[in-house]
Amino acid sequence: MSHSLTLPAAGSTTSTPALEIRGLGKSFPIGGLFTRSSVRALHGVDLTIGRGEIVALVGESGSGKSTLARCVARLEKPNSGAILIDGVDILKRDRFQASRAFRSQLQMVFQDPFGSLNPAHRIEHFLRRSLAIHGKSGGTEEETRRRLEDLMTTVGLQADMLNSYPHELSGGQRQRVAIARALAVEPQVILADEPTSMLDVSVRIGVLNLMRKLRDEQGISMLYITHDLASARYLADRTAVMFAGEVVEEGESLDLLANPAHPYTQLLVSAVPDPARAGSYDPVRRAELRQAVMASTTCAYDGDTNQACSAEEPVRHQVGDPANRHWVRCHLYRPWAGAGGHALAGEPAQPNVPPSNVQEKASA
Amino acid sequence: MTISQVSFGSHEPVLDVKDLTVKYIGDTRSTTAVDRVSFSIGTGEVFGLAGESGCGKSTIANSIMRLLKDPAKIAGGSISFGGKDVLAMSPEELRRFRWQDVAMVFQSAMNSLNPVLTIGEQIVDIFTTHAGYSRKESLRRAAELLELVRIDPARLKSYPHQLSGGMRQRAVIAMAVALKPSLLILDEPTTALDVVVQQEIMAQIKDLQRELGFSVLFITHDMSLMVELSHRMAVMYGGRIVETAKAQDVYANPLHPYTQALMGAFPPLTGPRVPLTGLPDGVKFRNIPDLGEAAPGHLVAPFGADASVIDSANLEGAAR
Repeated sequence: MSHSLTLPAAGSTTSTPALEIRGLGKSFPIGGLFTRSSVRALHGVDLTIGRGEIVALVGESGSGKSTLARCVARLEKPNSGAILIDGVDILKRDRFQASRAFRSQLQMVFQDPFGSLNPAHRIEHFLRRSLAIHGKSGGTEEETRRRLEDLMTTVGLQADMLNSYPHELSGGQRQRVAIARALAVEPQVILADEPTSMLDVSVRIGVLNLMRKLRDEQGISMLYITHDLASARYLADRTAVMFAGEVVEEGESLDLLANPAHPYTQLLVSAVPDPARAGSYDPVRRAELRQAVMASTTCAYDGDTNQACSAEEPVRHQVGDPANRHWVRCHLYRPWAGAGGHALAGEPAQPNVPPSNVQEKASA
Repeated sequence: MTISQVSFGSHEPVLDVKDLTVKYIGDTRSTTAVDRVSFSIGTGEVFGLAGESGCGKSTIANSIMRLLKDPAKIAGGSISFGGKDVLAMSPEELRRFRWQDVAMVFQSAMNSLNPVLTIGEQIVDIFTTHAGYSRKESLRRAAELLELVRIDPARLKSYPHQLSGGMRQRAVIAMAVALKPSLLILDEPTTALDVVVQQEIMAQIKDLQRELGFSVLFITHDMSLMVELSHRMAVMYGGRIVETAKAQDVYANPLHPYTQALMGAFPPLTGPRVPLTGLPDGVKFRNIPDLGEAAPGHLVAPFGADASVIDSANLEGAAR
């Protein structure tokens, strides 16, 4: 299952990236005791997050983005690949389960702030515990107290809320507590899985702004997992699009959403309601896209001599200006039909299929 | 308080809600969930009701359908549908009124299908119960209905679990328009669905609406979606309407700070990346006054230091 691990030159930063995922694969066995069949949830996922960078991972339900998050958080054991933090493969270092050292490097913020805080404890308990477990409580009680208050201020809460119980806080405030709990550990990377989808719409932006502020002020790298393209564009420096367990397109957020190259990305972008968009999407074109996503067998770059095409995976094409680090992987694109529940054409395509007229935007 | 009757149909309003007040009555205290809300929907008009969870928008939908159960009580106001007083209907009248005159698609309607009956049996049931058709005629019509929402009629024999979420939701919408109601209430019809499926369903509702000419009361918290679909819309906060106008006017020129916060909650997909603020935690509006006309057809509740009390000091944070 492992294949070429080379990353596109433009995708890597000069220093060691904060988090690097290489060729990650994960499949889940299905059926009974004696069946060998499995569903491939992730296949050869490469993703790099530079220091102080926010990368969004977008895709629909079933595309594998949460499985990726669970693998990176070591809640799920990947079948293959490597996860590097500071250049150290943590899958090799902590073979069987996540170590405390790993937890102090990477922290998670979950979707549901109503479920992730124990209702029987005061807010202070959660933060104090994080500090104590990771040895950040600073020795004296005054120092601990000061850190607790600092944490609350950092996430935009009042220090007297330390005495509150979770049920006394609103959803937005609870999510801020969850972020404060992650911050207590002073992690390098925060993994946020749909952190705003359970919140009331008017406070979502506040949480996104907080995440941006933490990046700007403390240089924390983040992997922001969402299905909301608009919020990915708002928050993330780069966006990676996941489809059927593979990252199919990646690039600087503004550029990626302005010039989506992969038919799946185009389909996603076209589906987002945006009153500012002049005219609605042409239904004929949407049907074509849908067809292209379901049965992608040809490549818009065929015959383009500037783009080296090969039959070997992964085939990545640079889109537009190299400064945007925007690439797409669509040549002879055949994702695994088992993942994501999408009905995809299983026919292997011939290498020399003439170029189709489906993807035209991309080569600009 | 009167809402100007700017509507798209040239006819009488299909639905006219006046000063509706709904209270949830508890043993020791009661809560006003809907507070003196008035609006009307014209023939063939799509009217949007926007607001966050708990603002009373679903309570309004349930009041129109007379589905409120204890401890909820309609404490005041009137609902008239095509000239008839909905609040005075007898149980028998109500039975005809529901589904024939007004149909509703609930938030997770796709989960409200009966798992042990096929889709076909459930649609046939509507026709035999409400329209008195024979079984054979009902089946023929059920197949037509599924075709209307672009589901293969062979699916009549499928059970709900054999369909995807989007297909189930479409089947429910088909069932809702089965008896050609003049008003369709959609309460967050696409919240649980992926964005691609959501787009397809909304396009389908638009097509159906054009074809069959019913009016729509569309309830959602997604302002972008609402502006795209609705002709006119109202924004609710704490049981009151704070602003109502043509959807495009609300989008282009939101006046109330809460409307502005809701608009700011959805970052755009185009244009430069500008910082948005949303509604700061803890900002609350109290004692929202009656609507006043800010521009022709654009009504907004007066706001400011005197008019609506705000808990937190930083109103500036709420405004863009």
